[in-house]
Amino acid sequence: MAIKQQSTLDTLREQGRQRLYPDVPRITVGMATCGQAAGAAEVYQALQEATQGTSIAVVPVGCRGYCQREPLVDVRIPGWPRLIYAQVTPDQARELAEAASNRQLVLDGALGREDNDKPLWGEEQILATDSVPEQIDTIPLLRDIDFYKHQVRIATRNCGIIDPASLPEYVARGGYQALAKVLEQMTPEEVIEEITASGLRGRGGGGFPTGRKWRSCREAKGEPHYVICNADEGDPGAYMDRSILEGDPHAVLEGMIIGAYAIGSPQGYIYVRAEYPLAVSTLREAINQARTAGLLGNDILGSGFAFDIDIVRGGGAFVCGESTALMASVEGRAGEPRSKYVHTVESGLWDKPTNLNNVETWANVPAIIAQGPDWFSSIGTEKSKGTKVFSAVGNVQNTGLVEVPMGMTLHELVYDVCGGVLDGRELKAIQTGGPSGGCIPAELLDLPIDYEHLTEAGSMMGSGGMIVMDDRTCMVELARYFTEFLVEESCGKCGPCREGLYQMLHILTDITQGRGKPEYIEQLEELGELLSWASLCALGGTAANPVLSTLRYFREEYEAHIYDKKCPAGVCQELISYRIDPEACTGCHLCARNCPQQAIVGDPKEPHQILTEKCIKCGICREVCKFDAVVVE
Amino acid sequence: MDLTKTDEIIKQYEIAPQSLIAILQDVQDEWQYLPREVLEHIATRLQIPISQVFRVATFYSAFTLQPRGRHLISVCTGTACHVRGSGRLLERLQELLQIAPGETTPDKQFSLETVHCMGCCALAPAVRIDEKVFGEVAVGQLPDLLEKYE
Repeated sequence: MAIKQQSTLDTLREQGRQRLYPDVPRITVGMATCGQAAGAAEVYQALQEATQGTSIAVVPVGCRGYCQREPLVDVRIPGWPRLIYAQVTPDQARELAEAASNRQLVLDGALGREDNDKPLWGEEQILATDSVPEQIDTIPLLRDIDFYKHQVRIATRNCGIIDPASLPEYVARGGYQALAKVLEQMTPEEVIEEITASGLRGRGGGGFPTGRKWRSCREAKGEPHYVICNADEGDPGAYMDRSILEGDPHAVLEGMIIGAYAIGSPQGYIYVRAEYPLAVSTLREAINQARTAGLLGNDILGSGFAFDIDIVRGGGAFVCGESTALMASVEGRAGEPRSKYVHTVESGLWDKPTNLNNVETWANVPAIIAQGPDWFSSIGTEKSKGTKVFSAVGNVQNTGLVEVPMGMTLHELVYDVCGGVLDGRELKAIQTGGPSGGCIPAELLDLPIDYEHLTEAGSMMGSGGMIVMDDRTCMVELARYFTEFLVEESCGKCGPCREGLYQMLHILTDITQGRGKPEYIEQLEELGELLSWASLCALGGTAANPVLSTLRYFREEYEAHIYDKKCPAGVCQELISYRIDPEACTGCHLCARNCPQQAIVGDPKEPHQILTEKCIKCGICREVCKFDAVVVE
Repeated sequence: MDLTKTDEIIKQYEIAPQSLIAILQDVQDEWQYLPREVLEHIATRLQIPISQVFRVATFYSAFTLQPRGRHLISVCTGTACHVRGSGRLLERLQELLQIAPGETTPDKQFSLETVHCMGCCALAPAVRIDEKVFGEVAVGQLPDLLEKYE
C-alpha cells in the first residue's frame, strides 16, 4: 500500500515541534482527574490570569504518574532544561509565571529537571542549549529521582508531557509514524507476526497473547470484523487506563487503527466507563481530530484502508469488563456475560468476529511497531514481556502510577519506587488484581511481578491495581469488602455467583461482627471452590480469590475473629474497644474536640478518658491523635 | 410531560436498539434521573418493548428512576479509598445529612451515593460533589465542605 499523504504527517510534526518547543516560555499543568482533585484547575486558572497579555503558553497536559505530588507544573524557558514543580498552589503558580517571563530561576518547590526530551523513538531533543544559571544543577534530574529511576515508560510515554488535545504534539513525539510504516510497508500478516514475536500479552486481566488473538480473529469467518477497546476500567484501585485516555488518547487510537488493519476490520468501538467523563471528552476530541487529518475514515492517509471508531459510554457495571458482557452492552442490552464455548474472536459483537484488547495493550502497539519486536521482548521476563503500569495506592508513601519492566519484585516496587509504607508502618499485604485478585503477604515480597508468579501466589496481574496495606488493615474485613462489592456487581445470571457470593458475604459479615462459628472457615473454602468451577464467567470464577487468598495467608486472623472474638488489626467495630493510654496522652484535647459523640473527657494538660458507653468506635480520635495515645484492643 | 427535549436527544442517534444506553445517559444528564414518561416514549420511538428499556435502566448503576437533589455527593468506596477510611466518611455524611446512600434530603438539596472507584486512588479517600472531585478528604472537613453547597 502506498501512502499519498505523508506530507500531512510532516506538517503536523512541524506544528507539534513549534508547540512543544516554542521560542517563548511554555508552562504545563497536569490536568487529569487526579490533578484536578488536587487543585490543578485553580492553578491553571491562576496561570492563565497571570500570563494574560504575555506570550507565555499555558498548556494543560495529562498525568505524569506522580499523583501524590499533584498539582504538577512544568516550566520550560527556551534554552533551559524543563523544570518540574510539585504540589503547586495558585500563588506559587503566579510566581512561576512572573519568573518565567523574566527568565528567572525558581528553586523553591522544584521536583526535578529534564534536560533531554528524547521520545521513545525518534530524535533527541536537547533542551539545555543556552547558558543556564549555575544553581539549576542543585535540582536533580527527574530520571534520577527514586520514583522515576526504575521506570520504563512505554504505554505512558507521552502522559504528562503532551497536550492530549493536540494531535500535532502527539505526532511530534513520533506518533502515527508506526501507522504510516504499517500502511506503507507491511502486510496484515507481517503486523500480526511482529506483535506475536514481541510477546505482548493482554494488559487487562487474563494475559492472553495479543498476536495470537489477532490471528484467530483475522482468520475467523463472517463479515465485518470488529475491534474493541475495553476502557471499562472497573477494578477499584486501578486507574492507568483513565490516565492514558486522558493524557495520550492518540496512542490508543493509533494502536487500534494498526490492529484493525492487521485483523481486517472497518469499525472499532471504545467502551469507556461513565465514571470517567474527562476521558470521554478527551477521546471524542481526539477522534474528531484524527478524522479531520485523514487518520480515521474512508481512506486513511491516502492508503485506501478504511476504518472508523465510535465511543460507547458504559453504564457503571463492573461485569461489563468481561468481554461478552461488554459486547452485550455495546449492543444496547443489559451487560450479562454468556458462556464462552464459542470465543468472541469468532462470534462476538452482533455475532461477528470481534477482537477486544484493553487500553494499555492498544497503547503498546505503536511502540512495538516503531521500535521492533526484539526491542520490546528484550524488556521483562521470559514469559511476560515489556512493562506493566501499576497504580501503587493505599498505605504507601508515594502513591501514583508507575510503569516498570515485568519481573521487578514487589519489594522493589513498594520500597525503591514508592518509598515504602506510609508513616513508616509495617507492611502487611499487597492486594493485586482487583476484586478478582488476591492478597500477597509481606513474606512474599521478593516475588517477581509477572503473570505466572502472581497467579501461583493465588492472586493475578489483573489490570495492575496494587493496593498496599499496613498492619491496620483487617484481612477478614477486606475479604468481606471485596465480597460485598462483588455481590453488588454480580449480574445474577448464574446461580453459583448470585447465591454463592451472597452466602459467603453472610458468613464473612458474621465473622467480622463476632458471630463466627468454627465450621465457617471450611464452608468458605467449599463455597469458594464451587464458585471457581461452576460460575458462568470470569467474574464469578475468580470472585472467591480475595477470600481464598486471605484464608491461605492470614488464617490465624480469621481464627482470632472466630475463637477469641478479637480483631488483631483493630478494625472490626464489634470486636474492639478504644481507650486512651494515660502515659502517652498529653491532654491536648484534640481528640475530644473532634469526637462526634462528645465521648472523650478530661482536663487540659491531663490524660483524657473515653466514655465507653457513649463511644461509637468511629476511630476519629485515633486518626487525629498526634501522640499515638489512642489504643485499640 | 413535555417530550420535546427527549425527541431532540433521540434525534442525535440512529433509531436502533444499540442507541438505547446512550439515549438514557443523555436523558439522565438532562433530568438527573429517568422519568417514567420519558422511558415509555423512548420505548415507542426505538420500537423496543418497555420491559427491555426498564431492564437496562435498572441494570446499570449510572441510572436512577428517582429524582435527585440539587447536588449529588458521591463517596468513593473503591479499594484504595476503603483502606484509607472512606467508610468513616460515608458514616459521617449519613449523620450530617440524615439520609442513607441512594436517598435525597427532604429539602432536595443533596443526594448521597457510593461509587466503586472514580480513578482517584492516589488521593484517597475521594469524594465527588457534582463535577468536582475532592482528594484526601478528612472526616473533620465534611461540615465545611457541605456548607459550600448549602
